[in-house]
Amino acid sequence: MPFGTQRIRELTGLVRDPAQLARHARSNIELWASLFIIGWAIAFMFWQGVGFAIIIGTVFAIWAILSVSLNLIVGYTGLLSVGHVGFFGIGAYTMAVLTSNPAYEQLRTEAIPTFGWPFFAVLPICAVLAGLAAVLVGVVFNRFRDDIFVLASFGFAIISFNVFLNLRPVTRGAFGIHEIARPQIGGWLFDGELEFLLLCLVFLALVMLVSWFIVSSSFGRVLTAIREDEQAIEVFGYKATHYKLAVWVISAMMAGIAGGLFASWTTFIDPNSFILLESVLMVSIVILGGLATIWGSLLGAMAFVLLEEGMRFIPYLPAEYIGQARQAALGIMLVLLMLFRPQGLVGRYRL
Amino acid sequence: MVSLSNRTGTNSMEANGNPPLLELTGISVEYGAVRALDDISMQIHAGEIVAVMGPNGAGKSTVLKAVMGLAPVVSGTVYWREQQLAAETHEIVKEGIAFVPQGRRVFTHLTIAENLEMGCIYLNDRAEKFRRLDSVMELFPVLYEKRRDYASQMSGGQQQMLALGRGLMASPELLLLDEPTLGLAPIIVREVFSKVAEISERLNTTIMVVEHNIKGVLDIVDRAYVLDKGTVVHNGTPQSIRDTDILTQVFLGSA
Repeated sequence: MPFGTQRIRELTGLVRDPAQLARHARSNIELWASLFIIGWAIAFMFWQGVGFAIIIGTVFAIWAILSVSLNLIVGYTGLLSVGHVGFFGIGAYTMAVLTSNPAYEQLRTEAIPTFGWPFFAVLPICAVLAGLAAVLVGVVFNRFRDDIFVLASFGFAIISFNVFLNLRPVTRGAFGIHEIARPQIGGWLFDGELEFLLLCLVFLALVMLVSWFIVSSSFGRVLTAIREDEQAIEVFGYKATHYKLAVWVISAMMAGIAGGLFASWTTFIDPNSFILLESVLMVSIVILGGLATIWGSLLGAMAFVLLEEGMRFIPYLPAEYIGQARQAALGIMLVLLMLFRPQGLVGRYRL
Repeated sequence: MVSLSNRTGTNSMEANGNPPLLELTGISVEYGAVRALDDISMQIHAGEIVAVMGPNGAGKSTVLKAVMGLAPVVSGTVYWREQQLAAETHEIVKEGIAFVPQGRRVFTHLTIAENLEMGCIYLNDRAEKFRRLDSVMELFPVLYEKRRDYASQMSGGQQQMLALGRGLMASPELLLLDEPTLGLAPIIVREVFSKVAEISERLNTTIMVVEHNIKGVLDIVDRAYVLDKGTVVHNGTPQSIRDTDILTQVFLGSA
């Protein structure tokens, strides 16, 4: 029997019937959530001016890379990891050490080794080092599942923070590293905020594209199956540990790139940017947006950044309370979300 | 559709004289201090349907898990085509043995087609994959009807059909079924058994089925092993089991 594309599409259910589309359209909370958050972002831009929006946009792009990559392991594979910040930090410190300005470093006490390499040469190294760390960590973590995995990843976040803080010959500990290089192509230095935003968005698009390829391939379907029933998938001859390790490393490499971008954007990092709370925030964004949806993570990151930065402008709130108020607001939002929409803004699964 | 009465006892005659497809010799399995199987030997010939029966805790499912490398075997050997079978599950799957685990275990957040796809990991040929998808959906019309739905939207009986179909996607020579009728309504149970018979008839797949549901399974099998407390207490045709009171003894305790 000839096997046409049409027949294949029909067998695999790729041809959607109108009834199904109508069923999708009826559950349009997702559509309204998306429109609301995008509308909010646009309103924010007009309200605070384009200059501020560009800065916020860069913050958003970095958070979005982190949450999209984290969603690959938390959402699609079902491994609740609070250690993502460790890979983010490894990427950031790689960028910091390899690109910081040698002339500036020489003037400081406790000099750390400096290289002064260009940004674009170091960014792949950020990904590779984060990936290598993920291989080492992942081989051990593959023995754990469920609650124990969360605890182990918690341990990784704490250990990596302490390494950043105490490995002073490399990271200069709590003093941090200054004068991290901005990206440069030939004579064109990315010193403007808009240029950096565009660069971050390019990398965000790349990360989303790679994630999309992963989740829509048969590899991604195996990840979903692992999430559902790891023992059942092994019965069919799949080595679940290999799949888990692969996606863990890919996700860590994406976080490493986010770290490199972050270090170069702020031009100064210290260990306080890589505390456990940051990891918890990343997990919150993934849950807020919805597990196992790339668009959801993007939306979650957007909502989070708008909430965080938007609180700055609440009238009558004294400046010294804003920091605490932000975290309280995020906490309340997560509790409300868990009560009324546990699958997140656009997700299908519950944690 | 194959009628059940034509089936019984045809393949076992062909099997006589040929070496067994699968042979278990002296298999013992221990879960910690508990001895689940004690020196079990079995022979499965190509084309047969063989039932493994017995009361709860007799070690029925453990037999299948021992074959699949999922149980801690402490002694004994499993032979596949007179060669020692590998110990690792993925190697065993490559050899052409598929396992349909107890309780269906379908992936509820994957569609029917995607669930079926999970069954054929070692198949890289795309065209062949779709050909198998086609033949499985032809065997199970309900899967074709619902191919776009998520497995969570199916009833228990349909999920069992999906689990069977997913096992068949590997195009196995030996299909191991662990309690395929567990928790299903009597009318669905009959349907599952007739499907199992149909698989054997149409695809000539050798089937080993662990079953609780004695009446239904004895109608479709060629041979049955009766297990009690980790040992084989009887081995013979369905008729030989009906003739003796062996099942009464193991299920209700010997007088």
